[in-house]
Amino acid sequence: MSAETIEKTVVQKPSEALLSKRRKKLVTDPLVDENPITIQVLGICSALAVTTQMKPTLVMAISVIFVVVMSNLAISLMRNTIPSRVRIIVQLAVVATLVTLVSEVLKAFAFDMYKELSVFVGLIITNCIVMGRLEAFALGNKPYDSMLDGFGSALGYSWIILTVAFFRELWGSGAVFGIPVFEYVSSLFGPDFKLATNGLMVSPVGAFVILGLIIWVQRTKTGYVEH
Amino acid sequence: MDLFNLGIRSIFIDNMIFAYFLGMCSFLAVSKKVSTAIGLGAAVIFVLTVTVPVNWLLNEYVLKEGALSWVNGELASVDLSFLRFIMFIAIIAAMVQLVEMVVEKFAPALYGALGIFLPLIAVNCAILGGSLFMAQRDYTLAEASVYGFGSGTGFCLAIVALAAIREKLKYSHVPNGLKGLGITMLLTGLMGLAFMSFMGIDL
Repeated sequence: MSAETIEKTVVQKPSEALLSKRRKKLVTDPLVDENPITIQVLGICSALAVTTQMKPTLVMAISVIFVVVMSNLAISLMRNTIPSRVRIIVQLAVVATLVTLVSEVLKAFAFDMYKELSVFVGLIITNCIVMGRLEAFALGNKPYDSMLDGFGSALGYSWIILTVAFFRELWGSGAVFGIPVFEYVSSLFGPDFKLATNGLMVSPVGAFVILGLIIWVQRTKTGYVEH
Repeated sequence: MDLFNLGIRSIFIDNMIFAYFLGMCSFLAVSKKVSTAIGLGAAVIFVLTVTVPVNWLLNEYVLKEGALSWVNGELASVDLSFLRFIMFIAIIAAMVQLVEMVVEKFAPALYGALGIFLPLIAVNCAILGGSLFMAQRDYTLAEASVYGFGSGTGFCLAIVALAAIREKLKYSHVPNGLKGLGITMLLTGLMGLAFMSFMGIDL
């Protein structure tokens, strides 16, 4: 009897495919159904301020993806050695180190962008998505899965802030990625025709309203209702 | 008078929420009831008023370029400002812990009222944001203290006002998709519009 059970435990599980169904779900779930911004209400803090234009938003999104994936990996590797009483401090130290790295790289290779983003790169440290994924996933899962999970969450966050930035830049300054779309369109209709831009979109109010509307559309589609 | 002006600016014009979107997470999550909103608001005022001047001292005497020259003339060229993030967040976490212990010892009633909010504040973007803005704008110590208190008050004002509106909102019929976060974002936008009317005030 006992020999049989020992034999059973020795039998190895077939190793999981690099992108099995479960792992794909880790990446795709946070895009729509479990979106960190529109459903879980995380990470709105530091990001909306940079969404007046597409370019800084894209840089911000890439930075957040990098920080979330790498911190998830680091914490997941250390998950069995971190005492739970001091885990918040450990997490903050890891995240702050990664953010310092991002900030120094920006300072060295894209100084204009660094100045434009100013304090908001530093504020990735307190972005709730980072801490949320570390607490909820990386502390209890294997490194590769944690990386995928972090990537999915950060991607879900990125497409929302890029959408907000698209509408804010288009309606606020009549451009997309700095290309003056409005000017071009109005030139098609003769010299007297001019598409007007809305200054309110550049102000913070525009960000709140556009995000509110995106949430409305998204939640109507997924049928998610908050009580 | 300049200090007074800075205080007014940081409360109304450079409001943490409506101008810089800082502290949005707790702003949205803890604004369902006025009483809890007041608790969180008070804790934020408290912590910002303490941490911004402390971080100012740290920045001025340790981190800034040439800040270490008071130790030794040779250290005048050392620039540690790349350590800003990690030092600021460490100071904030430590100060929050300290404040928590002091409040627990000397004002148990206040401690009971603030409850879970005090430890959570360590990861509130408004707190770190306050310190980073302070470093970026080169405030003096007095200005930093006033700025910390003012921006905390601005946050408190915003969250209590939103909580009051959301309490009334319970009686209205909101479309399903807008319930909760959606309508709160739109409300925040409208409140931001109201706060924009303070722009350009100079005392």
